[in-house]
Amino acid sequence: MQVQELPIPIATDSGLIKDVIQIKNLHKTFTDREHEVLKGVNLTVAKGENVVVLGKSGTGKSVLIKCIVGLMAIDEGEINVFGKNISELSEKELNDVRVKMGFLFQSAALYDSMTVRENLNFPLRRSLKHLSAKEKEERILEQLHNVGLESAIDKMPSALSGGMRKRIGLARTLILKPEIMLYDEPTTGLDTITSKEISELILSVQKKNKTTSIIITHDMECAKLTADRIVILKDGFIVAEGTYSSLENSQDEWVRSFFNK
Amino acid sequence: MEPQDISANSEITQSAIGNYLKEAFKSVGEITQFGVRFFKELLLPPYEFKAFFIQCYKIGNKSLPLVAITGFIMGLVLTLQARPTLAEFGAESWLPGMVALSLIREIAPVITALISAGKIGSGIGAELGSMKVTEQIDAMEVSAINPFKYLVVTRILATTLMIPLLVFFADGIGMLGAYVGVNIHNHVTLIRFFHQAISKINFIDIIPATIKSVFFGFFIGLIGCYNGYTADNGTESVGKAANTAVVMASLTIFIIDMLAVQIIDLL
Repeated sequence: MQVQELPIPIATDSGLIKDVIQIKNLHKTFTDREHEVLKGVNLTVAKGENVVVLGKSGTGKSVLIKCIVGLMAIDEGEINVFGKNISELSEKELNDVRVKMGFLFQSAALYDSMTVRENLNFPLRRSLKHLSAKEKEERILEQLHNVGLESAIDKMPSALSGGMRKRIGLARTLILKPEIMLYDEPTTGLDTITSKEISELILSVQKKNKTTSIIITHDMECAKLTADRIVILKDGFIVAEGTYSSLENSQDEWVRSFFNK
Repeated sequence: MEPQDISANSEITQSAIGNYLKEAFKSVGEITQFGVRFFKELLLPPYEFKAFFIQCYKIGNKSLPLVAITGFIMGLVLTLQARPTLAEFGAESWLPGMVALSLIREIAPVITALISAGKIGSGIGAELGSMKVTEQIDAMEVSAINPFKYLVVTRILATTLMIPLLVFFADGIGMLGAYVGVNIHNHVTLIRFFHQAISKINFIDIIPATIKSVFFGFFIGLIGCYNGYTADNGTESVGKAANTAVVMASLTIFIIDMLAVQIIDLL
């Protein structure tokens, strides 16, 4: 396997390159499975960059972003988010970092017992207590407008389609105006048209809010549309890295196979 | 059968029992850790009052019809079953007092707790298990919300408070059932019936039963939450969490009841 290293400088508004996520030599093993999923992953993500992570199922893509947000403890290595080592933070400090991060789950993870309004209001009530009820309502409506689902405000999650749930999940994630977005297979289980709509939404979010994103996907159309840079995971390592077009024309047959070439 | 086969079977059986005991002790250890975490989180702010009151409403208010039906039938059946024996000794007038004591000391707490283990314990196990499988618990955590405090602490507190109240309710409804049972064969006024019943009840009959009910409630909540919160991924684990919650909680209720009887006996 030929490893492609294509460092891509990303210029921020200030013109400086600033890495908001730095992962160094990350190892993660599941003891019950006696299986080392990540065997030394190194990755940096610059401010405002959209990084797409590709790889076969079970290669640890979702584990990678769950480690970044502190949902899973790492075995070895270091993850720095906004310059802070996630593993060394107290619960309060970790929560302060988490408020600046958004995580869109594969299943959207809407709270079943709450309406769409309550789903969006829940993180607001917890993290932005200083906002008045009117300001919270305005923010909820703004986010629902962004995802084109103002009409669903009083619906229960069970009354929504898969695509609508993903959009509401995205709205809930964006309501705290995160600086980093982590997407776990945002288009999985959706039809082609809805997948494209979600991908375009991700792109518009990135442009509008200037967020930094890591997107886990198997959907090459989504990758093509959203990626500034693509990394490919295999056997616990990042084995290829580059832009969509550079990897599409890679010398490596295995890398090209992701692009149906 | 060859002697070797018996020896081999015996080893297999011993190994199976060993594994079963190992798993049982592991579960007890994990539930203990879960309980210790509950007390730690309980004392630390922020306090989830709103979520706690919602759970009290769900656990308490929504269980009233079931507890009422069960309590009424308990009182009625107990009266009808006990009456012929007491009538043989001409002691029918003892019926209200005997039924009241049986209900308050033992039957209402245990039956209400078992009913609650089935309804509330399994409900909590399935709800939290489902939230775990659909990543709702993870979603709370990444939103900087402590899911243990919001989901677990509130539910355990609510069951601890609501089960004793449901037991009191079952006591009252059970007495009404007993009154109906008495009136099937004799005519006794409601005031006279309750006067006869209450005259046989002492303070000492109510306190141990109430303390016992608090423990029943705590363990129903703890076991339901533990099984749901630690459910594996996959829809199968939701059913398993609900089922295990009922089985473990029911068994725990009987163990607590047995210990309570022994302790009260010593006092």
